[in-house]
Amino acid sequence: MNVRVWIFCLFPFAAFAQGFAGLGSDAEGFSIPTPDPAFDFPADHGPHNDYRIEWWYLTANLQAADGTPYGLQWTLFRSALAPEKGDGWRAPQIWMGHAAVTTPTAHHVSERLARGGIGQAGVVADPFEAWIDDWTLSGDWQTLDMTASGPTFGYDMALTARGPLVFHGDKGFSVKSAQGQASYYYSQPFFEIAGTLDLPEGTVAVTGNAWLDREWSSQPLADNQTGWDWFSLSFDDGAKLMGFRLQQTDGNSYTSATWIAPDGATTAFPDGAFTADPGETYQTKGGEVPVSWAVSLPAKGVNVTVDAINPDAWMTTSVPYWEGPVRVSGSHTGTGYLEMTGYE
Amino acid sequence: MTRATLHALLSHWWRNPLQLFTLLAGLALATALWSGVQAVNAEARASYDAAAATLGEGQYDRLTRRDGQPMDQTIYVRLRRAGWLVSPVVQGRLDGVRIVGVEPLTAPGGIGPVNLSQDADIGSFLTGAGQLFGNAETAARLPDLDVIISPQTAPGTAVTDIGVAQDLLGKSGRIDSLIVLPAQPQGRPALADIAPELTRQQAQGGSDVGRLTDSFHLNLTAFGLLSFAVGIFIVNGAIGLAFEQRRPVVRTLRALGLPLRRLIILMAAELMIFALVAGIVGVALGYVIAALLLPDVAATLRGLYGADVSGTLQLRPSWWLSGLAIALGGTALAASGALYKLSRMPLLAAAQHRALAMAAGKRALAQGAIAVCLLIMSAVLMVTADGLIGGFTLLGALLIGAALALPLILDQILRVAGGLAKSVTAQWFWADTRQQLPGLSLALMALLLAMAANVGVSTMVSSFRLTFTAFLDQRLASELYVSTEDARQTAALIAYAAETADALLPIQSAETDIEGQPTQVFGARDHATYRDNWAFLQATPDPWDTTFAGQTILINEQLSRRAGLDLGDEIRLQDQTFTVAGVYGDYGNPIGQALINEAQFFRLYPDVMPDRFGVRMPAEKVPEFVAGLEAQTGIPPSQTINQAGIKAISLAIFERTFTVTTALNILTLAVAGFAILMSLLTLATMRVPQLAPAWAMGMTRARLGRLELMRAVLLAMLTAIVALPLGLALAWALLAVVNVAAFGWQLPMYIFPWDYARLGLFALLAAALAALWPARKLARTPPADLLKVFSNER
Repeated sequence: MNVRVWIFCLFPFAAFAQGFAGLGSDAEGFSIPTPDPAFDFPADHGPHNDYRIEWWYLTANLQAADGTPYGLQWTLFRSALAPEKGDGWRAPQIWMGHAAVTTPTAHHVSERLARGGIGQAGVVADPFEAWIDDWTLSGDWQTLDMTASGPTFGYDMALTARGPLVFHGDKGFSVKSAQGQASYYYSQPFFEIAGTLDLPEGTVAVTGNAWLDREWSSQPLADNQTGWDWFSLSFDDGAKLMGFRLQQTDGNSYTSATWIAPDGATTAFPDGAFTADPGETYQTKGGEVPVSWAVSLPAKGVNVTVDAINPDAWMTTSVPYWEGPVRVSGSHTGTGYLEMTGYE
Repeated sequence: MTRATLHALLSHWWRNPLQLFTLLAGLALATALWSGVQAVNAEARASYDAAAATLGEGQYDRLTRRDGQPMDQTIYVRLRRAGWLVSPVVQGRLDGVRIVGVEPLTAPGGIGPVNLSQDADIGSFLTGAGQLFGNAETAARLPDLDVIISPQTAPGTAVTDIGVAQDLLGKSGRIDSLIVLPAQPQGRPALADIAPELTRQQAQGGSDVGRLTDSFHLNLTAFGLLSFAVGIFIVNGAIGLAFEQRRPVVRTLRALGLPLRRLIILMAAELMIFALVAGIVGVALGYVIAALLLPDVAATLRGLYGADVSGTLQLRPSWWLSGLAIALGGTALAASGALYKLSRMPLLAAAQHRALAMAAGKRALAQGAIAVCLLIMSAVLMVTADGLIGGFTLLGALLIGAALALPLILDQILRVAGGLAKSVTAQWFWADTRQQLPGLSLALMALLLAMAANVGVSTMVSSFRLTFTAFLDQRLASELYVSTEDARQTAALIAYAAETADALLPIQSAETDIEGQPTQVFGARDHATYRDNWAFLQATPDPWDTTFAGQTILINEQLSRRAGLDLGDEIRLQDQTFTVAGVYGDYGNPIGQALINEAQFFRLYPDVMPDRFGVRMPAEKVPEFVAGLEAQTGIPPSQTINQAGIKAISLAIFERTFTVTTALNILTLAVAGFAILMSLLTLATMRVPQLAPAWAMGMTRARLGRLELMRAVLLAMLTAIVALPLGLALAWALLAVVNVAAFGWQLPMYIFPWDYARLGLFALLAAALAALWPARKLARTPPADLLKVFSNER
């Protein structure tokens, strides 16, 4: 049978939150995020099985000694088929891992799927480890080790946090629509990262910065929302910007953004403050996507152009989307990651 | 006007109900034959595909425990966490159904039959709610379980989630094997480092089973096409005669002012309705034929190819449609010519009863020219054709050319016979037979094709059987086959066999490359088994002597064809050169094979350890040997294969194949016989004016009837004589051109004179039966009818 068919049944539509969550607005017995959350670490680094969907989502902008830019992705999604518990093969948790390395001319992708309950994939909070098959992300969140590999690539990375955790929306309660759909959402955007990439052309030593997102919810998107454009930008002056735009069926969009000062202090912006307008497009294997964006956050004087380093960063995974490193120019300069769903 | 016309047209059928019956029955029979063969073919193929898809059996490498026992589930997790992309499978039997548990998220694409467009609830499948997928028959055998009907699932198999299967089979926490996915990530550790208790079984590469099955299906398809050709001739004949007979009606209607256009539309509509009715009856009849044949076909495939084919038939829309299309298309094809003639006919053209015969004379030349062209084309193709399209073009040109040539050949024979005749009656008989020939030619062509198809297909199936049994004898010459798992078992087996068996023949092979072709080289021990049992397609006078002396090499046909190697050519293996001393048939094997002496083999491939052995001993000692083997060496019976059992099954299967072939033979002949009956009946009324003078001059009606019967048998005999070489040419084309194009190996052709004689007898019988009624009718024609011929102005 076609795994893709299975996935489409598991994830009824392909728009997730920082990527993905494939869920309608129906919570069906799962817990629902409520305002004013109180996080408990390290427990909250672990899974929340009473919520339907959750992810550990790491992206990194890397550079080789010769200045060549690279992008890297390590993602683990958890999707619960049912709120009730079960063990062994009956555990209702499905895990999906995506790993990618983007070079200026190539985009390597690999995907893993696993059932929860038998040890093939999972997350434990303390000591923290997230894994699927031989892909792992483990450590104490001050330092993390990360590996993944596919048929054409592999990587082995070490990460060190140089700043605090950052909470989006209202203290980590991130609203996703005018109707009130929301998720719990925090990040560690201050990782320094170093390690090696194994690519068909050879092994490359790289360094750079990485951004780890944690998000969980049971119904993050509204019925009329069809896709998602998500930006994580790291400016050369040390400030960072997370912004997303949710596309709606009526042609309008819902936006939200978090300004992260170099010391980790955050300012959350409601719908409309952040804008992202698509420019030049590129025909990928999966669909035509904008690979140049005009992004602005006037309240912080941001007025930049975001360009894909490799426009062909289409993720040929069960649920396809575009995810790749970007270059920022204009009022601010820097690098970042862009994710686009709903363009199929 | 339309109403009146219709009434007039249809009144023809009221007055000639027999003709209506023959038209409908002819069409229905032709459709039935076509759709019956199609149905059997489609059904067998669908079942086979489902079986092959259920576990992608043989498509992927597998990991199993060395001792064949189930492994702990933690091994799966251990391998996955080490980077090995494997997917677990658990199997077992429950109430006679094979339960297969798969893990859908990690299984490779194409594994498992689950169709989610049906009412499958994916969540309940994955969370152990107990859903299984199986065909209707399987569901009936598991009444207490939640079986979702999925026709693509292999017969006798239910597929479910691994967790459910573990519970059902009492194998909690255990799995039987791991499928190794083709694409693996970089840098994973060796299997021996993570799971030394597991062994890897190679995929069966393209599966020779599939190729043999394809061969069988191709043969059935060829039969289907031939029966279609026979059917088209019959439909053509039926319609042509119906039009011919209605010429007076047409003349009258047109003279009364009916526009030609409307007349043609009405006649076409009338025919299409007939075709539809006959087509529906035909498809239903084909279903009955297929249902009767299917258990045999199913058994054929099951036993011979190991493909599990269910003995039940499903009504598939595809062959409903194709059957109706054949009926409608055939009618349209046949009617278009007749309608065209009708449109060109002068308004008051006499309603000549002999129009057909007279027109035939003018057409003969053109027909002869086309026949000669087609036969020349097929002769050229016999030498040059390669590829399937060439092969089928050859078949088509040969059959149509021969069919078109038949009336001309018969005409010449009758002319010569007529010239030799002495008595007046004999001269009249020959001349009258010649005169009838055009009216009967379509039916005779159908008989020719039916006979040729029978000769061709019987020859092919019988040759296939002889070749394959010889091949089984060659490959399964030893009474018992034993496989060993390690050096200890091998040593124990050698010691045990030295005391108890006549000979132990190691089966050892190495993969290599000969002239760019992937090839398995075997090392054979000098033993009479080889000399006695192996048959060569080409060989030097003493291939085994020179091979066992280490000078020569024996290769299979595939390698010979693909690498262009012939007897006397040299093959280099590492530092040694061998001369080709023999080419042997190796049916169903997709790759090259070569055989050298054991001593040379050990020198060239010192690392290969034999792990399969043929054991020679008197057949009756096998059970004793197997029992002793387990007691003394610990090699369980599951590691042995009793050759006699395999051969018995294979032979039983071929008997089944024969049942199918014979049934189809009789059906085609019946259809051809029907065509003759129909032609004779239609000719009978037309012939009264020609018979009346003979009667008036003193020939009795009984004698006329006897001559009528004799004539039919004579024509059938002449046709049978022409059909024999045609059938043999057909068989040759199937075996030597089509099979080579499709599968890369040629089946040797054997001749079966007794079978042909029997077939000829059947054909004569069919013709005699067909002529019996018309002859009897003739013998009882009221003298008044014959007298009327002289009173009526014609």
